[in-house]
Amino acid sequence: MIGLEHYLTVAAILFVIGIFGLFLNRKNVIILLMSIELMLLAVNINLVAFSSYLGDLVGQVFTLFVLTVAAAEAAIGLAILVCFFRNRGTIDVEDVNVMKG
Amino acid sequence: MTISADLNIILPEIVLAVYAMGALLAAVYTGKDKLAPMLVWITSALFVVLAFWIGTTGGGDNVAFGGMFIDDGFARFSKVTLLLAAAAVLLMSEGYMERRGLLRFEYPLLIALSVVGMMMMVSAGDLMALYMGLELQSLALYVVASLRRDSVKSTEAGLKYFVLGALSSGLLLYGASLVYGYAGTTLFSGIVQTAVVGDVSIGLLLGLVLLIAGLAFKVSAVPFHMWTPDVYEGSPTPVTAFFATAPKVAAMALFARVMHDAFGNAVGDWQQVIALISVLSMFLGAVAAIGQRDIKRLMAYSSIAHMGYALMGLAAGSVLGVQAMLIYMAIYVTMNVGTFAFILSMERDGQPVTDIEALGMYSKREPGRALAMLVLLFSLAGVPPLVGFFGKLYVLRAAYDAGLAWLAVAGVIASVIGAFYYLRIVFYMYFGEDREDALDGGKSPVLWGFLMASAVIMVVGVVNLFGIEGAAQAAATTLVN
Repeated sequence: MIGLEHYLTVAAILFVIGIFGLFLNRKNVIILLMSIELMLLAVNINLVAFSSYLGDLVGQVFTLFVLTVAAAEAAIGLAILVCFFRNRGTIDVEDVNVMKG
Repeated sequence: MTISADLNIILPEIVLAVYAMGALLAAVYTGKDKLAPMLVWITSALFVVLAFWIGTTGGGDNVAFGGMFIDDGFARFSKVTLLLAAAAVLLMSEGYMERRGLLRFEYPLLIALSVVGMMMMVSAGDLMALYMGLELQSLALYVVASLRRDSVKSTEAGLKYFVLGALSSGLLLYGASLVYGYAGTTLFSGIVQTAVVGDVSIGLLLGLVLLIAGLAFKVSAVPFHMWTPDVYEGSPTPVTAFFATAPKVAAMALFARVMHDAFGNAVGDWQQVIALISVLSMFLGAVAAIGQRDIKRLMAYSSIAHMGYALMGLAAGSVLGVQAMLIYMAIYVTMNVGTFAFILSMERDGQPVTDIEALGMYSKREPGRALAMLVLLFSLAGVPPLVGFFGKLYVLRAAYDAGLAWLAVAGVIASVIGAFYYLRIVFYMYFGEDREDALDGGKSPVLWGFLMASAVIMVVGVVNLFGIEGAAQAAATTLVN
């Protein structure tokens, strides 16, 4: 029987993969965008699992909002990335370094 | 409650959102960028009108949409502060943007949309409302950070801000999902009944910590401050001025809202965390700014330090603490508007300059401006008897009264360290080397006006802080109970 904890475990694993993808990836900015998407989807699994467990619809409504915002976020991220590519001619993470933090 | 009563409560937000969308359509189909200067004026006039509307009408606690939207004294105080700050920054940016061909009609409208998001944030009474407000604000800000499309620095600033901002939203959202799961509701008024001190389940605690991490990122508190210097340096200066003012007020107000409205019965569980990020921010801001030569980067570290002080008020977890935080934020915003008016007027042959050494002997050529900037820098450093000192005094007193004497002592030490880099700018202006390639000193009367007004407020305000004390106290009592 698959219970709440299984869903939460999968979501936690996906979320951690997303975070690691952001920090360990040294190749490509597109992979950063994919990692961000993975994190948001992990949250969605969490919300839907809780919603079903609690018998409360609010979590699923929240999921719909998150999906919409994730789409808008991806669009803006890609637009900024295209501008960056035009100026810099590359989208390697190592080349995002004109200003030293 | 009928839907019209709900709509009536969020009327200011609706007006601003409809204006932004209508103006966007109108501008696209007619004059496009030729309309931009007019749109800047209309948008800032609308901000000021809304600030007066919100400030003078309405009273008591109004709740709309089943508790998702809260319109109380705290929300109104924060909204007035952030609307006036946004109007001031928008007016200051017009001349600068126009001279550099950056004044596109999207700019004032994106600012207007982000302000709608900020107004949602400070009024959020539900995790969903919080998330939607936060994202509306952030998405608009990602775009304005990379407004200068043909500059590597500006697009890089936008990219860094976007990636790290999305990471923080992810953390915040994961925290929100855990809070929802363990509290069984997304309403703050429901969470506060579940989260009672000593009885907070581990899942709820984890959710709380992740929420704090996400919010700390938005206020640029250590250890989530990495984006601030790069984004401040890379963005066009008026955009930097905007980042340093209104979004900080909104994020700090949201922070206080979540901590007190949703976790107000579990103060002991978050107090230590906030105190820790407060002390780290104050020290990192003070120490890391010392080596900076670029004034925009320097202001980034300065804002990190200032957020540390504002968080000190929040860490107190009392009415006095929230009052101190609101006073601190209002003073901080006023000082920053003046300081950025000065930074925007730093140019040589029409080109912006951000190197602080270029200010050598500035006082000889522009005595009035140099004096105003001196007052502002002393105020930022917290030198008595200027208004900036009273902001610090309030947060220190709140922390001390809440039994966080060690935090207050750390705050004093950090402010002494921080005074060094503010005074170094004063040193360059008054005793620096007189250079051949001196700054012309901008000619804009708008910038001059904001700089002088801000400096005068810092001096005259010591009399009674313009009565802001009472207003902040009334606002704080509606939040903490």
